[in-house]
Amino acid sequence: MAVAATRERPDRGRSLGSKWYGIAPDYTSAGLTQYIDLFGLPRFQADVSNTIEFTILFLIACILLGFGSAVLLDQHVRGTIFFQNIFLFPLAISFVVTGTVWRWIFNPNFGINLLLEDVHLDFLKSPWLADTRTALYGLVIAAAWQMSGFCMAMFLAGLRAIPDELREAARVDGASEGRIFLRVILPLMRPITLSAIIILGHISLKIFDLVYVMTFGGPGYATDMPSLYMWVAVFRQNLYGRGAAIAMVLLIMVALLIVPYLVWSLRSEDER
Amino acid sequence: MSTAAVTRSPLRPSRLITYALLLVVAAFYLLPIYVIAVTAFKSFIEVSHTTPWQLPSAPSLDAFGNAFTTLAPSFFNSVLLVVPATLLSALLGSLNGYVLSKWRFRGADLVFTLLLFGMFIPYQSILLPLVLVLQKIQLYGGIPGLVLTHVVYGIPITTLIFRNYYAAVPTEVIEAARIDGASVLGIYRHVLLPISMPGFVVVLIWQFTSIWNEFLFAVTLTLPDQWPITVALNGLAGSLLAHYEIQMAGALLTALPPLLIYIVLGRYFIRGLLAGALKG
Repeated sequence: MAVAATRERPDRGRSLGSKWYGIAPDYTSAGLTQYIDLFGLPRFQADVSNTIEFTILFLIACILLGFGSAVLLDQHVRGTIFFQNIFLFPLAISFVVTGTVWRWIFNPNFGINLLLEDVHLDFLKSPWLADTRTALYGLVIAAAWQMSGFCMAMFLAGLRAIPDELREAARVDGASEGRIFLRVILPLMRPITLSAIIILGHISLKIFDLVYVMTFGGPGYATDMPSLYMWVAVFRQNLYGRGAAIAMVLLIMVALLIVPYLVWSLRSEDER
Repeated sequence: MSTAAVTRSPLRPSRLITYALLLVVAAFYLLPIYVIAVTAFKSFIEVSHTTPWQLPSAPSLDAFGNAFTTLAPSFFNSVLLVVPATLLSALLGSLNGYVLSKWRFRGADLVFTLLLFGMFIPYQSILLPLVLVLQKIQLYGGIPGLVLTHVVYGIPITTLIFRNYYAAVPTEVIEAARIDGASVLGIYRHVLLPISMPGFVVVLIWQFTSIWNEFLFAVTLTLPDQWPITVALNGLAGSLLAHYEIQMAGALLTALPPLLIYIVLGRYFIRGLLAGALKG
């Protein structure tokens, strides 16, 4: 990992620059060199695999937690509004606040580990952000804490839109509650799940604040992401060409996710 | 579980399980609030490593005083940023939404689609050109440049919300006003603006919250004396490493304005949230 840092050479492409940094701009085209260099870079390879792992875990956590809470809230219990507000308030808070508090919680010496000891759940103790193997999971938990309410809100709206007649009809046909859930309710949640995956997926690909505040990509490059490396390359290392290349890769990743979704959304809007 | 009336009985075991699970999930979401509460009200001496999860023995407000002294200038910067940026982006979104829903010129749908894509463009992708442009127009480093950035970046979502809002206004109303000789802007001013209040509430709350909480543009485009509060909070954690009580008090101060809005006007906030999902 340390070798990778020293291997970073001065910018060869120099596709962007400004007098502000005391570097004369050189807009000579470097072709695709910048991109070829980028994908050969161990740090960027780590970034890509981190971002994929983070996105998958984050999506799973948000969907399970969000759908689970939505099903619980759809049981017509007392205090639904109260619980709903508790599940949603993190969405109104800055990632910087979330990061500041969760960094404390994940402190191996006095954070959540002490609490887990007290309730005899020692097997859940972990070095959290301090270890390359667990740091990413810490980020996933904090991010899911903040964003899972979004999934909950979408699923709850979906569940409440299901007409009672549909369940009644299935009951009349003799279906059990479990069967109704599996065969009637779950399939109806498919478009909502897809929307949630795309919206949260694109948030995950460009996540910056939380990583910046909680780990700044460390330890090593264990939690480094293209979104953070772009910023570091440009504003800490003056590697404008590399930063610009990462920015384009990010844009393409997000576009691949979002453009089909936009077309799908607008087309079904016309059908309405 | 045959009818809703029967399932309302509170003593069934399935009901108890539902409540138990709801409480477990609620505990997870409230954990950071508990951390802030027990830490921020302690003195520096009590923020020890041995009893960090216990309630403060002698609750004190010293940490809030310290955090406020440090963060007050940036709190004020954030206010100077959020108020104009929110108002301007709401006004532009309202005008855009009006034109895109009621004056569907040729290519209006294409313009709208491109605008929507703007909502999803990663900040990083436009960051370099943005810095260069702000330097060129002498707005780099301060709040005015950040206001401009947020106004431009806010146009997609504010336009989307207003376009959907105005779509519900019958076209006949617009037609009638046109026959009476009202101009494009006259119709906006006298017909649509007076009924736009609910749309503005959703948009203003959404923009206020997003811009107050934003970090990437803020940390990139402002110099230390112009930092908004999110950047200053992060700086606070760096400079007062062991002072967790001040960090947590600072976190609460940073979270307070959007949190108060959420508590008072939460349902409008959720409407803005779901609007951004386009479908659902």
